[in-house]
Amino acid sequence: MMGNEEADDLHESREEMESLVLDEPSNGRSSASATVPDHHDPLLSSSSSSFSDRHNPNSSLNAFLDPPSYAEAIFTSFDPSSNGHETPQLSSNSNPRSSDYLYISISDPQKEQELSNSLVPGGTTFYTYLITTRTNLLEFGGPGSEFSVRRRFKDVVTLSDRLSESYRGFFIPLRPDKSVVESQVMAKQEFLEQRRASLEKYLRSLAAHPVIRRSEELRLFLEVKGKLPLAKSIDVASRVLDGAARLPRQLLGEEGMDVNAKGGRDLLRLFKELRQSMSTDWGGVKPLVVEEDKGFLERKERLAEFEQQLSNMSLQAESLVKAQQDIGETMGELGLAFVKLTKFETEEVLFESQNARAADMKNVATAAVKASRLYRELNAQTVKHLDKLHDYLGIFLAVGNAFSDRSSALLTVQTLSSELATLHARIEKLEAASSKIFGGDRSRMRKIEELKESIRVTEEAKTCAEREYEQIKENNRSELERLDKERHDDFMSMLRGFVVNQAGYAEKMANVWEKLAEETSGYAKDGS
Amino acid sequence: MIATQRSVSGSSQSPRSPSSQPYLSVSVTDPVKLGNGVQAYISYRVITKTNLPEYQGPEKIVIRRYSDFVWLRDRLFEKYKGIFIPPLPEKSAVEKFRFSAEFIEMRRQALDIFVNRIASHHELQQSEDLRTFLQADEETMERLRSQETGIFKKKPADLMQIFKDVQSKVSDVVLGKEKPVEESNPEYEKLKHYIFELENHLAEAQKHAYRLVKRHRELGQSLSDFGKAVKLLGACEGNSLGKAFSELGTKSETLSVKLQKEAHQLLMNFEEPLKDYVRAVQSIKATIAERANAFRRQCELAETTKLKEINLNKLTLMRSDKVGEAEIEYQELKAESEEATRMFEMIVRLMNEEIVRFQEQKTLDMGIAFHEFAKGQARLANGIANAWRSLIPKLEACSSSS
Repeated sequence: MMGNEEADDLHESREEMESLVLDEPSNGRSSASATVPDHHDPLLSSSSSSFSDRHNPNSSLNAFLDPPSYAEAIFTSFDPSSNGHETPQLSSNSNPRSSDYLYISISDPQKEQELSNSLVPGGTTFYTYLITTRTNLLEFGGPGSEFSVRRRFKDVVTLSDRLSESYRGFFIPLRPDKSVVESQVMAKQEFLEQRRASLEKYLRSLAAHPVIRRSEELRLFLEVKGKLPLAKSIDVASRVLDGAARLPRQLLGEEGMDVNAKGGRDLLRLFKELRQSMSTDWGGVKPLVVEEDKGFLERKERLAEFEQQLSNMSLQAESLVKAQQDIGETMGELGLAFVKLTKFETEEVLFESQNARAADMKNVATAAVKASRLYRELNAQTVKHLDKLHDYLGIFLAVGNAFSDRSSALLTVQTLSSELATLHARIEKLEAASSKIFGGDRSRMRKIEELKESIRVTEEAKTCAEREYEQIKENNRSELERLDKERHDDFMSMLRGFVVNQAGYAEKMANVWEKLAEETSGYAKDGS
Repeated sequence: MIATQRSVSGSSQSPRSPSSQPYLSVSVTDPVKLGNGVQAYISYRVITKTNLPEYQGPEKIVIRRYSDFVWLRDRLFEKYKGIFIPPLPEKSAVEKFRFSAEFIEMRRQALDIFVNRIASHHELQQSEDLRTFLQADEETMERLRSQETGIFKKKPADLMQIFKDVQSKVSDVVLGKEKPVEESNPEYEKLKHYIFELENHLAEAQKHAYRLVKRHRELGQSLSDFGKAVKLLGACEGNSLGKAFSELGTKSETLSVKLQKEAHQLLMNFEEPLKDYVRAVQSIKATIAERANAFRRQCELAETTKLKEINLNKLTLMRSDKVGEAEIEYQELKAESEEATRMFEMIVRLMNEEIVRFQEQKTLDMGIAFHEFAKGQARLANGIANAWRSLIPKLEACSSSS
């Protein structure tokens, strides 16, 4: 019974439903519905243009169905505080104490040509997006500034990479996927819109983060016109060439404030740390520095549990949305079937009783179509509310990254500690050996001096690493606090929004059905 | 539930005026599964309450099974040509559901309606077969049942042929077949067309009604799953947020139950009446086929009689000694022809009455079904609204106490 037949029915009836909504029957009441703005129902507006010009074959059907009163049927939300999707973003963007705001929007995708260094004749093309920022943050040049830049997706990747290096331990929102497959498979317009929307969401979530919004990286990205002045992401292979020469500088932290163990890591260190982590895990040797913060470990476990249940709830929410959609569609099809019946019973009247029946059927059809529309709107709102679940799943991925920043920083400290231990051990051995030779062994003495120098350098690196580790721990802690608070507020408002939405639409539907019950009350057996 | 028939014939619970007004009320109850394995079947108690003299006493209870009802329907169809015999629920297509509680209840309700419609039809209620059905002991019933006759026992191929004959005039002409003998009555043509089209439209409405029942169940199931998942998430939290989650989850599960209940109501009070309407229209199609048969028979006999008359005249002129024989044959044939004409005319007359009655009845039946539909949906929607609304102050309490 399911399958193709149903799909065809749905497609057909969906079109008929659209035309019922938008077509203007010849009676005088049509003017009210004709002027209804389409933006109230985004689900309808996309197909409206395709129908407005066509001669509508179903126009005769509409003579049997009163045009929808949009004022009656449609509203976006009951709860004024959860008006649409934008408001929560804005409110988290603005700090009530100092009323800062950082508002970003993305638009106008344009095709551009890759100029130099192109091996392919004609060059490759890519798309850029116009990123407009409105802010009064001081970092951006004072109150009420507004500016735009053009950026391509690669620039966003760069921004994201630089942020994750500079802000280790923070819950940094994840950037949108590269979606290589989708960019080939999807229609261009659709893909560009999808990408535009996801980029916008990403930048806005960066702007909503109390620490990240003030970062230099973000400022450069949003403000500096022309080429993005951030170091591009380098792959590991090219780093090998530079790696060995750059090691001392990295250890001394000359590149910047923090030792960029992750970003600028060279292969040597990489292998050392891998060996270290292996010996920690497999060697049975107690590591020198252990994650001791029991409080942290407990919290981590609880968050993992929460994430799992959240993921499950998100799945169930998806099937709830699907079920709501299905019932709405079937109700609509039922309504259409009754519209056809009504038309049929009115066309060739052979018997008196057909008129009464036709009137009844028309009422049923009207009620069913109205209910179907209500289900559709209910669902659109439900999706908006339950989308929060999806957002949080993304946040948890960011949390995971922050936690692994912590463990890799710890690993660095451990590695350096064991390096130090090794160096000390070697010095001891050499000193023990050369003490047996009277006057000392010149080469051995030299060796010892070198080792002592290594120890000094390593100790400095270890101090840096320990500082970095502590910083990351602190970042984790403050972020966890922020997460707890925001999580509480976000979920409470999500639940409330969901419940109010359900209640409101259920009431509207009750009205529709009560009206039909009244219209058919003449048939009631026991005065019910 | 279609109770108008009951109220006409007197409900099984409360017969109107016990002594003065004649009443005949029947109820089909207590389905019981009997037999084992492949042979298993459902039996029903059929309780008859009446004060009609033709019946053996005020109350009688018999045990009947589905094939007994089929027997009754077939007998009535044979004997009361022209009358729309009330439809029977179908044999179950899918073996799996043959004994599901829901299927049994749907069938019981449909059988109850079937018998009551017969009992309240002014012609059919006088049928001897009805009396037999309502009163005979099980052995007699079994014996009668095994003698199978009637149009519905014909092979599907034959049935299709009969319907095809009624529908396809044009194709036969095109194919060069002999033009079938058809009534050339424009009114009747319109009626036939109406009936055939009506079946299509009704079947579609019924199909969507059935799907709507399914959708209610699916929504109920997903609300239940959603509720459970929300509660599990709440258990992770433990603070006021956790409490909010758990309240929501519980509410969701409550609503799931409401949806399942409403799905059942929708099935019994809206989808089944629509299905019943479809079956009734199919029953009319069978009567249309009968009328076509009767018409054909009448024409054939009229034709044959005419030929016999011509032959007789010829023989009379020739002063043949076969005249006597031919005379007798002619008279017999003439009587048959007149009988066939009478039969046909009776069918036409009955059909005209029946169709009016049918239309009025259907308007009533559908009106009730629509009313129940509206009430059920309103009840569900209000229940949902109230449930969610009652949750809001609890959520407020949770957020303020954070």
